[in-house]
Order: sequence, then structure tokens, then C-alpha cells
Amino acid sequence: MNLVCIGLSHHTANVATREQFAGKATAESITRHSGCSEALLLTTCNRVEVYAVSEKRISTDEIARCLIAETNRDPDNYALPFYRYEDNKCVQHLFRVASGLDSMVVGESEIFGQAKKAYELARTSGAVGPYLHRLFQRAFRVAKQVRTHTDIARGAVSVGSVAVELAQRIFGKLTDCKVLVLGAGETSERTTRALVSRGVRNLRVSNRSLDRARELAQIVGGRDVPFDDWVTQCREIDILLTSTASETPLLTSDILAPMLRERLDRPLFIIDVAVPRDVDPSVNELEGVYLYDIDSIRSVAEQSLALRRQQVAAAEAIIANHVTDFFDSISRGLNRLSHPAEHSSLSENPLRASEL
Amino acid sequence: MDRYFLIASTFCFLAAVVHTVIELRAKVFRPMRFNFVAIGLGFIFQTAFLWIRGQELGRCPITNLFEVFAFLAWSVALVYMLVGPAYRLSLMGAFTAPLVLLLQGFALIAPIDTRHAVTVPANSWLEFHASMSLVAYGVFALACIAGVMYLLQERQLKTHHLHSIFYHLPPLTNLFAVITRLLWWGFALYTVGIVSGFFTGHPLPRIQVVAAIALWLLYAAILQARHLKWLAPKRVAALCIIGFSAALALLWGITFTAELHRVP
Repeated sequence: MNLVCIGLSHHTANVATREQFAGKATAESITRHSGCSEALLLTTCNRVEVYAVSEKRISTDEIARCLIAETNRDPDNYALPFYRYEDNKCVQHLFRVASGLDSMVVGESEIFGQAKKAYELARTSGAVGPYLHRLFQRAFRVAKQVRTHTDIARGAVSVGSVAVELAQRIFGKLTDCKVLVLGAGETSERTTRALVSRGVRNLRVSNRSLDRARELAQIVGGRDVPFDDWVTQCREIDILLTSTASETPLLTSDILAPMLRERLDRPLFIIDVAVPRDVDPSVNELEGVYLYDIDSIRSVAEQSLALRRQQVAAAEAIIANHVTDFFDSISRGLNRLSHPAEHSSLSENPLRASEL
Repeated sequence: MDRYFLIASTFCFLAAVVHTVIELRAKVFRPMRFNFVAIGLGFIFQTAFLWIRGQELGRCPITNLFEVFAFLAWSVALVYMLVGPAYRLSLMGAFTAPLVLLLQGFALIAPIDTRHAVTVPANSWLEFHASMSLVAYGVFALACIAGVMYLLQERQLKTHHLHSIFYHLPPLTNLFAVITRLLWWGFALYTVGIVSGFFTGHPLPRIQVVAAIALWLLYAAILQARHLKWLAPKRVAALCIIGFSAALALLWGITFTAELHRVP
């Protein structure tokens, strides 16, 4: 029995190459055409990978051919960017992928969901047998352990997630926070959606064009505020998200300071993603005000990434332990199951086999 | 013999501190149950020390500066055990352990464990007054620790430089709520401690009474300013640190003057 991973990712191929292999095949079609007994296809925007179990060795070309079966190009031209991991290297690679260590943004958690989805798809199509079932269940367990025991997934790395992370560091739960969105552009919308996804309910939207403010307010479930009234809102709100096209700062210390005296015990978090900036930098000097412009948000994102990179060694150590342990156990299982009678009975019920 | 228990307890707190320092030096702070377990063990040893010493003396073991510091350290650990689990237990432990270590380390190293014949008979009001005041100090110590955590979090948010520890600190508003609650608890206990002092039947040195009331007034002023929203949370947090420093100074002063009174 051979366990193999054949694929290409952002490390080995550019997006133009990757997109030619994505979405062309299914796990079921791979088992049918390549002769392997089990297969699972993991396709994301950054990778196309096939995990397969077979009696005899499967060549990389065979898998490449399956992946580009519906194109008219010569498969020999494509084999080059493919990598190949066998046996324990394959196990290690999957554990790294599921834990987010192989991702473009180290530690991102989306890959975990994508791997689960790929597993479910392959399982329902009957392409997953006892070996891949065990492999992927272990991979999900390892990924969870890596996230729990290291800071690999800590910190936010996009404007929206940084804004949410910082807001939560200041206010805790965001359900009672009052948010004013000033400027109804695309960035505002994205960031507002991120805040709404974390429980923000009390939203006000203000824009020079009231129609656009109304439109965004409807999308995010808030209410529109006339542009002339936005300053007075600063007495009540907890978070100000601003991204107007104003050439000069709209909010200065002189405007804000008198209002802060009325809300001394409540912090004010300002996210200024406008360029040029809408909020004068001196506002950050005011007590209880936390001002983040686009540069400081980027800086936080970079710090988060640096923190995640520091965690890689700890994550690799966890993975190494699991690889040794898992490969030993699966090797014993593979040898035992190489008897045809046993194999057929277990293949009928992979879940039962994994429990054994 | 009883000192060994205090030494064992100090090693437990030292282990918690070393663990935190190692994690911080590796730029990876992950609060784990280690701190909580270490502090829990330390607390058990502290309790054993105080119990044995109390049995020996036949009264609450706060007859000299050494015992007072040990009792104060026990109060801090006790309040942490009661409060800590509600607020990121290990992290608060990471801040609590150094303070307890300092108090106990000082008590063990400094030559302040002077045994002397206690001439005043055991007085339950006096013991209640002293122990209640020390427990209140323990609560003020935790408020001080929460204040340090608040200032640390606030500073990181202001300067946009986020350390790994940032992700494990409670949110600013939650920390401020903790500070406020601890201040009220500490103030209530301290008030009971001061009032009970008037029932001891012994005339207390005037300087001690004045200093204790001054400290009570300081905390009353902080709470009043907090209630009327005159002070920003950052200043309240800073005042918690100042308040506890003043409390420690007062404690030292009280014990020092008490020692002086014993000199023939």
C-alpha cells in the first residue's frame, strides 16, 4: 500500500498555472481513472492536492492527467510544478496544511474548513476508505491541537479582522457597542460587515450622499445619519469607522476634546482607513481615545504575522510527534489490511475500520 | 520548622514567576494552568505555615513584621484564588506570583522574624481588626495588579505595539470593571477593619489611626471620583497602584511603631 500526496500550491506554481488544474476533477473521477483505491481532492485558491492510497505506485503524471482531463493541453507540460510526498512525508505535509503552516498567510484557519469540506465531499462520493479517513481525522485533531497549544492563529491580518480584534481588546463583547460609519465606501462596508459578524447591532452610517448612506445602512442593518450631524454622534458612540474622500482632517482634537469630558469613563476606538486621513493624528494623544490609521492597522497585521511565524517551531514539534505516532499505527494497519478478505470487509465500512 | 512551609510556598511562587519569565523571553506568552497550580500549592503551604505558627502563639500569627508580611502574602493569594478564575486565571496569576514572591522573599531574607514575649493578652477584636485589614490589603493588592494589567494593555493599544501577552490580557472595559469591583470590596473590608479597631479596648497610637484614616480617605476619594466619572479609567488604574504602595508603607509604619513600643 502506498500513501501519496501529489499537488501544486502557491509555493510551486503561480495562479495562472493553478487555475488550470482546479475544478476539473473530483475525488471519485481520480479513483476511477488513476487506479488508486482511495482518493481525496483538496482544492483551494492556493493549492490543488490529491491524497491517494493505492496498491501499486501511482505516477505524478497519472494524477496530473486526471486533473487536467477536461482540457486539451498536453499533460507533460504540467507535471513540472507538481510536488510529491509519500508515506510519512505525506502525513507530515497534510498535518502542516491542515494546521495552516503551509498557507500563504501562516496560521490562517480557512484551510481547516476547506480540508473538512474536501473530506466530506470525497467521503460522500465513496472515494474515501479507511486509510484516508484515519489520516484526515488525525489531521483535524492535530490542527486543533496546534491552534490550542500555540499562538499560530493569534492576531488579525486583514483590515477588517484587525479592526474587530482591537475592538474586542478594548470592549470585550461588541454587542452593546455603538458604531458610526463615516463614508460609505467599499472598505467601510467590508470592515462594517466584519464588526457586524462579531455581534455589533447598533450601527449608524453617515455619508455626504445620504442615498449611499441609506443604502449601506440597509445592507448592514443600521440607520442613516445626515452628514452634518455626524460630529455630535461622537458623544454617544464607542467605535468610529471613517473612510471619506475628504482632503483635510474632519476630526481634530479641538472638536473631540470637549465631547470626551462627557464620556470620561468610556473609551473611543477610531479606525481611520481614509487616505488622506480623516482624523488628525493628535487625536490619539487624547485620554481614552485609540486611533488607528491605515498604516497602524498594517503594522498590527505585520506584528500578528511575525508572532505567528515565531510559533511555527512549536507547531512543527507537535506535528512531528503526531507524524511518527500516526505513521507507525497506519503502517501496521496497512500491512494488516493488505490481505484481500480483510480489506474488502473494512472498505465496506471505513468508519468502523477507523474505530478499530 | 514552620519556616520550611513558607520556604516551600516561596519556591512555588518562584516557579510561577520563572515560568512566566521564560515564556516572555521566548516572546511567546501562553497562560497555562501551571501558574494556577503553582499558586494553589503555594497557598496551601502558606496556610500550613500560618496555622502552625498560630498554634504555637495561641493567637492570629501577626505579632511581628515577618508574620504580617506572610499573612499579607497569604491574603493576596487567597483573593487571587477567589477572584482569579473569573478573569483569565493564569494571566492574573502571572502578575500575582511576583508580588507574593517579593513579599515572602523579603519576609524570609530580612531579619524581621524576631520572637518576643507577647504581653498583651489575646484579644478577639484586635485580631479581627488586624486580620480584616490585612485581607483588605490583599484585595487592594489585586486591584493594584489589575491596574498594572490595565495600564499595560492601554499602553499597547495607544502605541500600536502589541506583544504576545496582549492577546491574553482581558479587554480594557472588563479590566476596569474588575478594578472597580475590587476597590469596592477592599474598601468595605478595610472599613470593617478600621471600625473594629475602635472596639479593641486598647488605645491605638495616634499616628497609626491618622495614617489608617488617611488611607481610607484615599480609597474613598478614588471610588467617589470613579462613581462621579471625574477620573478616566487610566488614572483610576494608576491610583490603584499608588494606593497599594501607600497601604504597604502604612503597614510597615504600623508594625515598625509597634516594634518601637516594645523597646524598653
